[in-house]
Amino acid sequence: MGTDVFQIAVNCIKLVIVFLLMVQAVPLLVWLERRGSAFIQNRFGPNRVGPLGLLQLLADAVKFLFKEEFVPANAVKFLYYAAPVAALVPATLAFAAIPLSTPVSVDAFEMFGQTWGPYTFLWQGYEINVGIVYVLGVSSLAAYSILMAGWGSGNKFSLMGALRASSQIISYELALGLSIVGVIMMYGTFNLTEMIAQQQGTLSFQFLGHTITSSWLPNWGIFYQPLGALIFFAATFAESNRLPFDLAEGEAELVAGFHVEYGGFKMLLFFIGEYGHMLVASALMATFFFGGWGIPFVGVAEVQAWAATVVGAGTSASLLTGLVHFMVFTLKLAIFLWIFIHVRWTLPRFRYDQLMELGWKTMLPWALFNTVLTSIIFLIAHS
Amino acid sequence: MPLGGILFITIFVIVFGCILLLLASKLGRRVYDPVKFQTYECGIPVQEKKDTKISVKFYLTAILFIIFDIEIIFMYPWATTFKDFILSGQGLYVFVSMMVFIGVFVYGLFWEVKSKALEWD
Repeated sequence: MGTDVFQIAVNCIKLVIVFLLMVQAVPLLVWLERRGSAFIQNRFGPNRVGPLGLLQLLADAVKFLFKEEFVPANAVKFLYYAAPVAALVPATLAFAAIPLSTPVSVDAFEMFGQTWGPYTFLWQGYEINVGIVYVLGVSSLAAYSILMAGWGSGNKFSLMGALRASSQIISYELALGLSIVGVIMMYGTFNLTEMIAQQQGTLSFQFLGHTITSSWLPNWGIFYQPLGALIFFAATFAESNRLPFDLAEGEAELVAGFHVEYGGFKMLLFFIGEYGHMLVASALMATFFFGGWGIPFVGVAEVQAWAATVVGAGTSASLLTGLVHFMVFTLKLAIFLWIFIHVRWTLPRFRYDQLMELGWKTMLPWALFNTVLTSIIFLIAHS
Repeated sequence: MPLGGILFITIFVIVFGCILLLLASKLGRRVYDPVKFQTYECGIPVQEKKDTKISVKFYLTAILFIIFDIEIIFMYPWATTFKDFILSGQGLYVFVSMMVFIGVFVYGLFWEVKSKALEWD
């Protein structure tokens, strides 16, 4: 956490901000989803409250807060209430471990008659050396909240939805985990920050003793692992229970899935969890395959030099550099989130046996093939 | 150490969620109606109890998942060090030993498909 009061305080505030970032992204995404679906289906979305319906989010939040409190008579009370809260935790823990921008270095300064610093603050909740394993492990804890909700509400629709959702999550976890092996092999590390550092600059790699470079492609993971990226992205759709894999809430057969009995703010907390998983998935996609916070063709040093001419060297230049890279990361995140939304309103839903067949018999073998192929190419290229 | 951070944010999120739920339960208006608290069913009286026995293939999926997930996690440390082994000239040995492991993995998958453990009806 840190060595002195200032550092610990800043780190705690940072964690809270990361959490609030995730929470405030949800109403924006809901608005985007509704406007986007309306745009795709050639109708109007929410367009009455405020400009472009943007204040709809506020109205929704207030409405949710003033909804009637309700517990079905059959429910297991503790599980019924604990499930929405538990849905928040995994996505937050995973999102806090993802580096959002360059570290900010703070010069020594005077405060309360004492000299503080110099410090280096990471632009992320906390850095974990085994980043990938941690993020994958923590985000699959989401299955618990779903099972709690399904069992706790004492309804057969919820129970079936929960069973479906959790078996789907663990089935696609395999393809997800296996598609990452090629990426780990390529970067030779679990650490997300080091992965991003290796993706700086333009495309260049070693092949049979020759160094091959390209001046018009960034050094992104997608060019080395296209199949892995495809499998990873498809599996994250299933992980976050989004269409075309939202079997958990097949409206025609299960009404709404594991949250049939939920309403008001409890429902909203489930929403935050689901959209949080989308955010984590997009952030991982950007980190593994699209250079993370890196700007293509522009190094960190160049941005730093530019920032120094704008606000003067020192702490503020470092802060501005971090901000610029954070903007770039947000842009990449936004692109993937839009793909999530676009796919949801374009593709129809799978049938359940097709879904399981795709996960176990198609994506798992292809991910295995990707691993073997990558290791063979590595063996040839580096010897 | 990130452990303090993890603990802090976990507690913060749980407290945040509980406060929101508490707030929502205090602010909303309550109207009592016995029918409202019945379990949801499509407009008719409840047909089954919640502990009706449903044939669930979930346990089988879960067991298979645990076996395969452990095998996949086993590949991770191998993948991090593979490049170093190649550069130190031991690449072929490490590669072949992993291929034997993946062979067992593929055989397991093949056997499962053949024994119809992955069929859904």
